[in-house]
Amino acid sequence: MTGGSALAAALGVLRRDLLLALRRKSDALAPVFFFVIVASLFPLGIGPEPDLLRRIGPGVLWVGALLATMLALARLFAADYEDGTLEQLALSPEPFVMLAAAKVGAHWLVSGLPLIVAAPVLALQYGLPADTIAVLVASLLLGTPVLSLVGAIGAALTLGVRGGGLLVALIVLPLYVPALVFGAGAVDANLAGTGAAAHLSLLGACLVIAGFFAPWAITAALRIALE
Amino acid sequence: MLAATALECIRGDRTLFSGVSFELAAGAGLLVQGANGAGKTSLLRILVGLSPPAVGEVAWEGRPIRLLGEAYRREVLWCGHANALKDDLSALENVRAAAALAGRPIGEEQARGALERAGVGAQADLPARSLSQGQKRRTALARLLFARAKLWVLDEPVAALDAGGVEWLAAALDRHLESGGLAVVTSHQPLATGARFEMLKLGA
Repeated sequence: MTGGSALAAALGVLRRDLLLALRRKSDALAPVFFFVIVASLFPLGIGPEPDLLRRIGPGVLWVGALLATMLALARLFAADYEDGTLEQLALSPEPFVMLAAAKVGAHWLVSGLPLIVAAPVLALQYGLPADTIAVLVASLLLGTPVLSLVGAIGAALTLGVRGGGLLVALIVLPLYVPALVFGAGAVDANLAGTGAAAHLSLLGACLVIAGFFAPWAITAALRIALE
Repeated sequence: MLAATALECIRGDRTLFSGVSFELAAGAGLLVQGANGAGKTSLLRILVGLSPPAVGEVAWEGRPIRLLGEAYRREVLWCGHANALKDDLSALENVRAAAALAGRPIGEEQARGALERAGVGAQADLPARSLSQGQKRRTALARLLFARAKLWVLDEPVAALDAGGVEWLAAALDRHLESGGLAVVTSHQPLATGARFEMLKLGA
């Protein structure tokens, strides 16, 4: 078996999931709309108090992004599970772990990347300065893949369980806490002038660990769900 | 080639079947029959390696399949009762995605050819959502035409197929067995294949 064919199969899965998202634009755009709405309602609700908004901005934006990535989690594997595609993935001669990672990659491209694009614009509402916005984008770039990877473990564990959507949230939210703390912390630290490097490094470490271990956990959980 | 020894399947606290053993040589087919709930699908899922048996072992060329992993999966084509089609993709895209997943990407021409022969050539560019049940089944079974897998494991392949579809499938099975392939099939209807299928009755 060559690595090339495994990569080709994984890219095939990625391509298919992106194509499906393209065919269902309203579903695919839901997370970014949710993010925009949440992040826009806070300034309206709190009123024009620049200092307060700048204080809460990083936290609100990060919590908004975190909840937005959760929206599509419940369906991440459920659709494939119901129509039998997941069995085909599990029985593919290519490594299941690569294919599962490709699905997580597609999830991030569809519901993580647009958040990062929208974040700078939303950050302006909170009066964050330009260099802080750069740190926000960097923290989201490192953090949202962690959210997708960890969230996918929860989605795989709750596959086929009734009320799985709520269960995913219960399983995944505690695991999201490190990413939230370091992510929002990085932006806060930049605002406070202490430098964001430490927080971003920790966030990067989270990404490395999640990137390495999460696909294995996901495939193990999926295999159990398929039994 | 494929050997099952003393397979037992337990669902919840109910034993679906126990002591199921058989051996299939190259070019042989096995028709699994049994009442609803006798465990036909469970047996097939054990054979392809989706679920482990409670007791017993499945071996391919003398080696247990749980040790073979990807090497075994390369030899197997599984067609469950779910069609594994994406409603939002066209029949053509579905077939090509399935081929890529099986580790053998095919071009558009080849995919069209397979759909043509499966009798859904005219529907190749329609989204799978708009196909009838029988046409969906034919699209799912079109994978048989370009797969290189030695062992076909088909769960109720003729469900929803019309007479022409059943005939087409029987011919495909015949060709597969003649060329030295193996097949394990469940069906409530007779398969009408020329090749002789051994029978395995579950729950009898």
